[in-house]
Amino acid sequence: MDIPDKNLLSPGHRGCAGCGASIAVKLALNALGENTVAISATGCLEVMTTPYPETAWEVPFIHVAFENSGAVASGVEAALRIQGKNDVNVVAFGGDGGTVDIGLQSLSGAMERGHNLTYICYDNEAYMNTGIQRSGATPFGATTTTSPQGINSFGEDKPKKDMPMIMAAHGIPYVATASVAYPEDFVNKVKKAASINGASYIHLQQPCTTGWGFDASRTIEMGRLAVETGSWILYEIENGKFNITFTPEERKPVIKYLSQQKRFRHLQEEEITKIQKYVDAQCEELGL
Amino acid sequence: MVTVGCVIKTPGSSKRNKTGSWRTFKPVLDKEKCIDCNNCIIFCPDSSVNKQHEIDYDYCKGCGICAHECPSDAIEMVKE
Repeated sequence: MDIPDKNLLSPGHRGCAGCGASIAVKLALNALGENTVAISATGCLEVMTTPYPETAWEVPFIHVAFENSGAVASGVEAALRIQGKNDVNVVAFGGDGGTVDIGLQSLSGAMERGHNLTYICYDNEAYMNTGIQRSGATPFGATTTTSPQGINSFGEDKPKKDMPMIMAAHGIPYVATASVAYPEDFVNKVKKAASINGASYIHLQQPCTTGWGFDASRTIEMGRLAVETGSWILYEIENGKFNITFTPEERKPVIKYLSQQKRFRHLQEEEITKIQKYVDAQCEELGL
Repeated sequence: MVTVGCVIKTPGSSKRNKTGSWRTFKPVLDKEKCIDCNNCIIFCPDSSVNKQHEIDYDYCKGCGICAHECPSDAIEMVKE
């Protein structure tokens, strides 16, 4: 992988030690290069990188409200196009809350209109910035502050919303999933998404030390375990053609992934069996 | 004074904030053991490892990802 001389996300930002979002954004920006405009919805990323009057961004950056990063990115792209600046990459970032819940309508509009932009969702599977509340992307069984485990509850009782497939249903030219633990795969996808003329969407799983409950040094290991157990599947859909981009040599049981995180520690055999069955079905459906 | 629209005209100005003070353990690299895989550069959340694998202690928060992901155990986490 190419290592750039200059990072386009500067240090000094207030991300937690071991933050996966900053790794992902650094890799994405370095892959896109300086000729890029970034848009971000409210979320961890915006809060940690732009505490006024400082910014960690080395490229033009616009922070917008939770629900309209798709709309603003559309406007930026249209404005650049009308000025004939067709060589500028427009990239929007959103967390899972800003993407699968609150920002879904404006994102859906941007995808439907086919703007030439790339949307990257960094999915840490809950609203981490405001104190670990569940989102539509929270997986079954995870405990959060609004789906807490206790006597009457085992935590989140609904499966994760299948956001990449919702985006694929828009018929856009490029949809991909990625993981921060597979940087080469992620960077290739970002470059491909930027090179395509039209809307593209990348859904990146990003382990969160604070919200998932594991040691800060193990962010990448968690991402790897998710992929190795089939809990997170790396694929791309290019012009409607589905392709798995990474196949683990041997798929590990999900317990190896779940047992390492505080958010799943309370799960009993019954729930773990359910999760394993769900993962097996998902893997079978996608052909992993 | 707050600028109109809260525009920040200084890219990368977060560098004023030296996050190295957050650290309790610091990564120390043994260059002899380094195999140039660049994992420490790629995975650093704080862009604090340069191309020569030198660690910038002004910003390193001591998360330990570099040491954990080093395939040749060339990085040790040492208490400050």
